[in-house]
Amino acid sequence: MTVETGAGPRPAASREGGEPLLTAEGLTKHFPIKGGFLFGRRVGTVRAVDGIDLTVHEGESLGLVGESGCGKSTTGRLLARLLEPSGGRITYRGRDITHASRTQLAPIRTEIQMIFQDPYSSLNPRQTVGTIIGGPMEINGIDPPGGRERRVRELLETVGLGAEHYNRFPHEFSGGQRQRIGIARALALDPKLIVADEPVSALDVSIQAQVVNLLRRVRREMGIAFVFIAHDLAVVRHFSQRVAVMYLGRIVETGDRDSIYANPRHPYTHALLSAVPRVRPEDGGRTRIRLTGDVPSPVDPPSGCRFRTRCWKAQEVCAEREPPLARLDGNREGHLTACHFPEDGPPGPPRPPGGDGGDGGDGAGRVKRAESD
Amino acid sequence: MSTWTETAGFEAPPDGDAFLSVRDLRVRFSTEDGTVHAVDGISFDLARGRTLGIVGESGSGKSVTGLSVLGLHDPRTTEVTGRVLLDGQEVIGAREKTLERLRGDTVAMVFQDSLTALSPYHTVGEQIAEPYRKHKGASRREARRRAIEMLDRVGIPNPRLRVDDHPHQFSGGMRQRAMIAMALVCDPDLLIADEPTTALDVTVQAQILDLLKDLQQEFGSAIVLITHDLGVVAETADDVLVMYAGRVVERGPAAEVLRSPRHPYTRGLLGSVPRLDGDVEEDLVPIPGFPPNLLDPPTGCAFHPRCAFVGEVGGTRCVDERPTPPAGRGAACHLTADRRRVLFAEQTDEQAAEQAAEQTEPRPR
Repeated sequence: MTVETGAGPRPAASREGGEPLLTAEGLTKHFPIKGGFLFGRRVGTVRAVDGIDLTVHEGESLGLVGESGCGKSTTGRLLARLLEPSGGRITYRGRDITHASRTQLAPIRTEIQMIFQDPYSSLNPRQTVGTIIGGPMEINGIDPPGGRERRVRELLETVGLGAEHYNRFPHEFSGGQRQRIGIARALALDPKLIVADEPVSALDVSIQAQVVNLLRRVRREMGIAFVFIAHDLAVVRHFSQRVAVMYLGRIVETGDRDSIYANPRHPYTHALLSAVPRVRPEDGGRTRIRLTGDVPSPVDPPSGCRFRTRCWKAQEVCAEREPPLARLDGNREGHLTACHFPEDGPPGPPRPPGGDGGDGGDGAGRVKRAESD
Repeated sequence: MSTWTETAGFEAPPDGDAFLSVRDLRVRFSTEDGTVHAVDGISFDLARGRTLGIVGESGSGKSVTGLSVLGLHDPRTTEVTGRVLLDGQEVIGAREKTLERLRGDTVAMVFQDSLTALSPYHTVGEQIAEPYRKHKGASRREARRRAIEMLDRVGIPNPRLRVDDHPHQFSGGMRQRAMIAMALVCDPDLLIADEPTTALDVTVQAQILDLLKDLQQEFGSAIVLITHDLGVVAETADDVLVMYAGRVVERGPAAEVLRSPRHPYTRGLLGSVPRLDGDVEEDLVPIPGFPPNLLDPPTGCAFHPRCAFVGEVGGTRCVDERPTPPAGRGAACHLTADRRRVLFAEQTDEQAAEQAAEQTEPRPR
């Protein structure tokens, strides 16, 4: 039914190497809300991550996108096992690490590393760059050939800093340089997987591009798999072969890059893409979708489809039944969408005038649609 | 050596239609480490009903410029020179009483972080009503009615109930709306919005930008939109100033500047932004190097240490001589228009060739 635009040959790289490195099934994290005077009774639950399935293959980059509060950062922390899941299962290279203890996790910690968003608070201001980057080796008792110091100096050069920065302190560096230090620290143990939580969003545009290019090079040359968490859809598109879109603790759509960006089926994915301000708005008369309202609270998420309170296509069934994350008619393999009334066709330019079909039963003017010049 | 002002030829009297005129504005902060030249001689005009985007990265002086228009700098640590004319009224050096009358009534500001900009102790309604009572002499009851009307206007559901909420009961997007309501309650002629959507999610950002546009059409206010996001400028601003190290490096109609930039910095910024429709296999083209230290800014053209074309200008002009700031559409650059066109085209070809070469190399696995 749908013509797959821009299909072309399947990007071979995305499944090459094939082996699933990390798998999450039904992953759940609920945070209790303590209340009351004295005794800290449990008065509610924040359903930060509420049953998601993910697979990261060796050497590939999986992008997690969504708005604040959708659970993407919590997911990242769960995957790196900095948090213990409330439910579900995480398997790393065939081993169940869902509830693994500190000692059981020790060998895995060297293989899964994190890069944090804030380059100012994620580096200890009282340690030198050498200590910071050498820290992971020291903690894990690893002595690379040639010594730790030499390895640190190499890493500094890999990330585009100078070996002479070894004895400096974080405050002597700019934000972009600090983020490079954070990357060098993550690379110190030759990890198999890096969970990068908004690694470039605190940086200025010109510096952001430098760091994105560096991460791309690292992934390509060292074959490290990434879980790349970001709210910026354009950055994710530039870095990840596969993308999962999250909303209120659930994955609403996932698929390879082309499917998500050229042929999104979930209304939320459409809305997200159309909300991104473009430098050249005149490029194509894209349909603008303006959502109203804010993301509901994860303490008390809506019944059925969680997006229905902001969706212009929502009908009764959306409140009654949660749509399964499934492959729709016309979707490529691996492109899954959780929606009862999926959108058709690309979000972007080639939408013939009047071809705005498929949104029958316009939902009570909840959304403003206008062709931009 | 000529100064900025002389070469600018911008001593021209303020444009007749201009509601806001800024001439050779300079802002210096004295710090322990020395003097920071945060804004280093900028000039612009803004008419009613128009939106001026000021773009730049952190430390480019864009926020400091916005604060100067409201006279919000502490005179004990800040030296502000130049002229800022608001509807013919001089702001720089004006008495605090005069400024107080202007602020909130003639010119209002929307800040980036609504959680710190709103008082946690007072209800949203009280905070919206306060400037209205102060400037319009309205009664408590009248001001409350006005606050409800404004909340409704900016799209807060159930304004009658929400008017008595405290800021923490609002979501981020709603707080930003409340702050816009507070800024617009006295129908100001000029709104200065400093990164009004940076802390917001994209879908909410789109709502707020639409709201600002609608309100501008309704009230005919002038807007200064300060942002680092070129996409936001493209979608909302009529004209744009690109700032670097406290100076204007390029100016002109927003669409034109973004389509065919003339300053190597603007061009570099545009190349750095990942796009939703670009080739994903291509690397981004960042600007090399780091932003300048404003305690000790580079001589000549402040961008010269990061510029690819320094060698293309005869002698050491880029290092020694400040380029003339643009008065109308134009860029502060020593390159001649013809040379620039050739060089920009060559650079594009080179980058394409480099990328192509990289693609054909076998990738290490």
